[in-house]
Amino acid sequence: MNFDEHKPIYLQIADLICEKILNDAYREDERVPSIRDMGSLLGVNPNTVMRSFEYLKTIEVIYDKRGVGFFVTPGAKTVVKSIFKQSFLNEELPLIVKKVKLLDIETEVLCNHIREGLKAG
Amino acid sequence: MIQIKDLSFKYGKKEVLNHISMNLDAGKIYGLLGENGAGKTTLLKIIAGLQKPYRGDCIVCNEIPFQRRPSFLSRIYYLPEEIDYIQNDYSAFHFADLNAPFYPNFDWEKFKKVLEEFDLDGTKKLNKLSHGQAKKAAISFAVAANVELLLLDEPSNGLDIPSKTIFRKIMAEYCLESTCTLISTHQVRDLENLIDPIIILDNRAVLLNESLERISEKLCFTLESAIPSDALYAEPTLGGYLCVSRNNNERESRVNIEALFNATMQHKTSIYELFKNA
Repeated sequence: MNFDEHKPIYLQIADLICEKILNDAYREDERVPSIRDMGSLLGVNPNTVMRSFEYLKTIEVIYDKRGVGFFVTPGAKTVVKSIFKQSFLNEELPLIVKKVKLLDIETEVLCNHIREGLKAG
Repeated sequence: MIQIKDLSFKYGKKEVLNHISMNLDAGKIYGLLGENGAGKTTLLKIIAGLQKPYRGDCIVCNEIPFQRRPSFLSRIYYLPEEIDYIQNDYSAFHFADLNAPFYPNFDWEKFKKVLEEFDLDGTKKLNKLSHGQAKKAAISFAVAANVELLLLDEPSNGLDIPSKTIFRKIMAEYCLESTCTLISTHQVRDLENLIDPIIILDNRAVLLNESLERISEKLCFTLESAIPSDALYAEPTLGGYLCVSRNNNERESRVNIEALFNATMQHKTSIYELFKNA
């Protein structure tokens, strides 16, 4: 995994798990990898992974079965989708809009590209 | 696990450490950073009982290291930067046969697994291996010793690029929750994402001993197109300046350890004060 230069690692690991929930790699009530396995897989300090899991617990994406591990909360996919949607609309899209302005791309051209992308996709 | 108070050390008249204090806990992987000659290796040697403090206290696992009691020595492992002690006319397995009895929790299975992850043949004579390969054997033994305190001096030096990645994975996977690991390094990038908390040492003080979480609460690491007036430190990079400033807006950013180190070296007092208060 290549980490982003600016976002805290624990949030990037949380994003990674959320993405896996979105594309059904981890399903509801299924166990996610242990803190240690995740740390080893990514070469990241287990305490950092622990922080990612704690964060995912507070936003109710995963839950903790004592002594067994962490599991995907039922309904987690909806939660993740809405969080990702918010962050796309509020953080990523404004950057794209800025670039569209900078490059003088016509709205119609842009919309066509998006429509084609959606069709292909 | 480690309590150091007002520790001073001299080589002859040359003062290397001057009134150093810090505490380290079990279950963490500390990164010990400092400029050349800051006393990192000396500090590790004092903790391991190889050097005697000139003044002050150093208590490790409730013992005084320099007394070198077997009960103490069997609970710690010090891996020096130069590992010529291991490069003898015998194999890694034979080295472990000879040395494992000193470490009651030594785990042979783990030793074999770590050697395997490094793709190292444990039956080959250690003096026939390259320096990097011998280092991998030494690291494997150190990790498998399952000690309470693991001291590693520049462990990534001499490892090739893939082995550095494997080293991080091994440390994340095999360091016990009960172990305190202290790694000194100049190669911050080799150990990025692995070391947390970060200790920055200077001859005269421990300038910083904080978790990445606390550091990112207090400091902000951003890419800016121009250097902001309130930046503590800035360095030119692709796409602008990498800036370190006080985190006044509760922004969460990724701690860039190199920039943190440079910022601390430039502003020793203000960084020290920033973390001391609150």
